[in-house]
Amino acid sequence: MIELENAAYTYGGEALLTDMTLTLAPGTFHFLTGPSGAGKTTFLKLLYGALQATEGAVRIFGDDVTGLSRDQIALMRRRVGVVHQDCQFLDHLPVAENVALPLTVSGQATPDQVDNLNELMGWVGLHGKFEALPPQLSGGERQRAALARALILSPDVILADEPTGNVDWEMSQRLLRLLIELNRMGKTVMIATHDLALIRAAKAHVQARVLRIAGRTLHTAGADL
Amino acid sequence: MNARLADTLALLKGDQGADRVVPPSGFTVRLTLLTSAAMAFLTVFALALSLAAGRLAQDWGEELARASTVRVSAPEGQMMEQVQKVLVVLEQTPGVASARTLTAEEQRALLEPWFGPALPVEQLPIPQLIEVRETPDGFDADGLRLRLQAEAPGAVLDEHSRWRKPLVAAASRLRLLGWVSILLIGAATGAMVTLAAHAALAANAQVIAVLRLVGATDDYIAQAFVRRFTLRTLAGAAAGTLLGMLAIRFMPAPGAVDGLLTGLRFQGLQWLWPVLVPVLAAVVAWGATSTAARRVLGDLT
Ligand SMILES: Nc1ncnc2c1ncn2[C@@H]1O[C@H](COP(=O)(O)OP(=O)(O)O)[C@@H](O)[C@H]1O
Ligand SMILES: [Mg+2]
Repeated sequence: MIELENAAYTYGGEALLTDMTLTLAPGTFHFLTGPSGAGKTTFLKLLYGALQATEGAVRIFGDDVTGLSRDQIALMRRRVGVVHQDCQFLDHLPVAENVALPLTVSGQATPDQVDNLNELMGWVGLHGKFEALPPQLSGGERQRAALARALILSPDVILADEPTGNVDWEMSQRLLRLLIELNRMGKTVMIATHDLALIRAAKAHVQARVLRIAGRTLHTAGADL
Repeated sequence: MNARLADTLALLKGDQGADRVVPPSGFTVRLTLLTSAAMAFLTVFALALSLAAGRLAQDWGEELARASTVRVSAPEGQMMEQVQKVLVVLEQTPGVASARTLTAEEQRALLEPWFGPALPVEQLPIPQLIEVRETPDGFDADGLRLRLQAEAPGAVLDEHSRWRKPLVAAASRLRLLGWVSILLIGAATGAMVTLAAHAALAANAQVIAVLRLVGATDDYIAQAFVRRFTLRTLAGAAAGTLLGMLAIRFMPAPGAVDGLLTGLRFQGLQWLWPVLVPVLAAVVAWGATSTAARRVLGDLT
């Protein structure tokens, strides 16, 4: 699905991430961990084409990201579901419309998608929040709305950046279960988190690979977690 | 070409979704509405001014061409001879297109307002009139006067509309200035919409970022803004044009006096000109917003 080959990234000045090689195979479940500021968000941005590797190559669905036009990147994003760290919404539109936004902008918002939307909102437990505006949601509700928005186009890959960052333990367990369920449905999942307890909790339910950013590059974490 | 057409149709039809994704930003949009209305109002006046000046230049120009007469007064016996001489002189004068003696009926018609219809023109010692038409270049009036004096002392050259010549030049210049004003108003409208669009794009930076993240193309995002500004400009300009046309329509009636102020109006098909104003304003807004949107979006990741 997504491949990195000796990829490196520098914001200017010192290199942040260097020499990363990785293949995300279909249907796999990955955790990405590392201390705050290690470059987890940056790494995910490389995976969905928001940033371009300054060295090496990143291939998404077989296409080298450096060769893609702005429009091609926009189209590619419709196939990768991203739950952003600071999940941003259009605050003037109700939650349901925000969740349906990827359909709207890709011209697929048709009446027969309503069932799909209903089901998804129910699945993430936002049934009663259709008409609420994003600023009226709690942290956990925002995260679940962001997850629903990432899923509305049924992407093959889901990248979640600290999805449990602002929520309590119970809610983080709930989000984790949703992501594990998606993986069971065949989706490729990657979760960036610095929360090791979350990773341990997941290990009982899913076979997850753990990647760790340390020393400015990517490591496969040992079994000590 | 087809894609262009599809874009335009989508713009007119109004893609509900694209329109809603950008929050209804009251301020810039209201200013756009107001400014384009004002600009359209001014354009209608500049247009009326140009057309009136044009009409005036043409009317007066035509009048100038047949503006001169030669009046021959002579004792009974010498009249024919003097008239002949004058005609010969006129024929030889460069800048004279034609010259013709007025018939007795024409002379009577000219005098009728003063002396009534029963005037026996043939029996009165009234001067004979010769109508002179000039070429566009005109003739040298002073030179002609000297020659007439020498050849036919009873002949006098009358150039009763000569004083209008500088006015015709002024009217032509006024027409040009009117059109230049319209161009400037168009450019100012473009600049205004560009500024407003930049302000709106900057104010909605977060909206744009969210749209990019969920896979919206630049065209889609741009269209949401372009559509809004184009339609607002169209609406504002239409209102301004309508007010301008009403104001012109209800100008005090021109009456018999043919002047610039009283002639400030549209005639017949000229009423179609102001109808073009909102359309052109919308085209200008469309171009300005498209350019602004593409420039701003191109700078984003
Ligand atoms: N746009 C940027 N420009 C410059 N430096 C940045 C930018 N974004 C992030 N950084 C820096 O890159 C480092 C890694 O950031 P980030 O990828 O957000 O880490 P993490 O998600 O692991 O906390 C941080 O030191 C951060 O300050
Ligand atoms: Mg981060």
